[in-house]
Amino acid sequence: MRTILGMKYFWPYFWKLANPKVFMRWSGLCLPWLIALTVLCLGTGLIWGFFLTPDDARQGSTVKIIYLHVPSAFIAINGYFVMVLGSLFWLVRRQHVSVLVAKASAPIGMTMTVIALTTGAIWGQPMWGTYWVWDPRLTSFLILFLFYIGYVALWAAIENQDKVADLTSVLALVGAVFAVLSRYAVLFWNQGLHQGTTVTVADGVNQKNISSIFFQPLLLSMIGFGLLFLTLLLVGTRTEIRAQRLQVLEGLEKLK
Amino acid sequence: MIQLFTRDVVLSVRSGGGFGLALAFFLIVVVLMPFALGPDQFVLAKIAPGLLWLGALLACLLSSDRIFGMDYEDGTLELLATSPLPLESVYLAKSAAHWLTTGLPLSLAAPVFGLLLNLNLKVGGVLCLSLLLGTPALSLIGSFGATLTLGVRRGGLLLSLLVLPLYIPTLIFGALAVNAAALGKALDGSLLSILAISLGAIAVLPFFSAMALRANLQ
Amino acid sequence: MIPDLGKYAVEVASAYSITFLLIVIISFLYWRRGLIIRRRLMAAEARKDA
Repeated sequence: MRTILGMKYFWPYFWKLANPKVFMRWSGLCLPWLIALTVLCLGTGLIWGFFLTPDDARQGSTVKIIYLHVPSAFIAINGYFVMVLGSLFWLVRRQHVSVLVAKASAPIGMTMTVIALTTGAIWGQPMWGTYWVWDPRLTSFLILFLFYIGYVALWAAIENQDKVADLTSVLALVGAVFAVLSRYAVLFWNQGLHQGTTVTVADGVNQKNISSIFFQPLLLSMIGFGLLFLTLLLVGTRTEIRAQRLQVLEGLEKLK
Repeated sequence: MIQLFTRDVVLSVRSGGGFGLALAFFLIVVVLMPFALGPDQFVLAKIAPGLLWLGALLACLLSSDRIFGMDYEDGTLELLATSPLPLESVYLAKSAAHWLTTGLPLSLAAPVFGLLLNLNLKVGGVLCLSLLLGTPALSLIGSFGATLTLGVRRGGLLLSLLVLPLYIPTLIFGALAVNAAALGKALDGSLLSILAISLGAIAVLPFFSAMALRANLQ
Repeated sequence: MIPDLGKYAVEVASAYSITFLLIVIISFLYWRRGLIIRRRLMAAEARKDA
């Protein structure tokens, strides 16, 4: 099975990236191409979406916000996922690169959460008549944002790198469990208190019933946002690797 | 482990740091609310369940940074780490002591304070029950947060930032249960969900907290 | 060839501009921190080798 999926050839090379030197070499090679590809995909996707798609019959031109809202929400969740995986690998394998990937991922994910929330609010005002409703989806995104803030704040609070790596990883894992729990609790809560709200009627911008005119540019801008995330992740991780090396060198200088 | 537990209970009762203070804080929150929202009995009764849960939760949170703080500062925690007692048990004993000195009194006092907010005693009973089931989770999560912020000077604000999002599921189910009781509806599993969160916290959090303690003590 | 955004022009324009602004800000911050750290590291390496 492993061979069929090509995993036999993938994982050994993947884990080699945990060596900082290998990571720096490979990421340095990839980065210019990634940046170019990001600009290309994001540019085409958004220009296509903004200039070349028709207005929706019901939503008018606000439908164009979807090319920002859905991709950023997608990255916001996956950014947390990357963070959790990096933390898990750090706790199990003790290789610094993985926890630095997690560290670099958090601010990007946080920004994407803000983008998703604001674009959603801007879209919600004309469509739902309000910037904010305590709909389960919206609420869980706000909670996700709170978890990001806590994680970033903990990184900023402690000097000792190994210690803070352990602590933030523990927080990321426990946070993930509670984030999922909150997602379901919130579902329960809204049902319990506001039965039969009509908010979800306006949720017509569902991926399943979206026509292909809107879907193709959306797909392209989703790929673009994904590449943007990857690019920033590599840049951030490279910086953190260098920062760690810098800290070691400065520590040595102090010893002398 | 039991010795550690009794030691912590005795210490917090004697020093007056946590025991009465959390309760007094809870009372003050409850008393201030009518000033903020007006004395309308109907309005008060409507918001009382959520308010009492929130007050108890904040009282629990504010007392939790002292769980490990003192022992970390005077070196007791390092002694405990070198003792044969695993850090998981240290965490459990300390959380249990915290619950006994804050969670339990808060739960018992909540129906009485509820009377101030025009909450009838029958609903108060459900409130008391939901708090009894939920405060263990609050204590466990609070002291987990305390293990994370151990080395941070003035960690109180950071502790709240880390812990409050983790409190959300417990708060949701707790307020849900009491609200359902206030409306005379069936409890539809909210109490069971709170119990599940508490049990899950007991099962999972000791390992993560011990990891955090080890990272802080190395 | 700006498309006619109809009565929702303000909404759509502000959504796009806020998003661009945030993306530019985070990219700029990542880039700047990378530059600062790289310079400091190069200086430190030079001192070590000297």
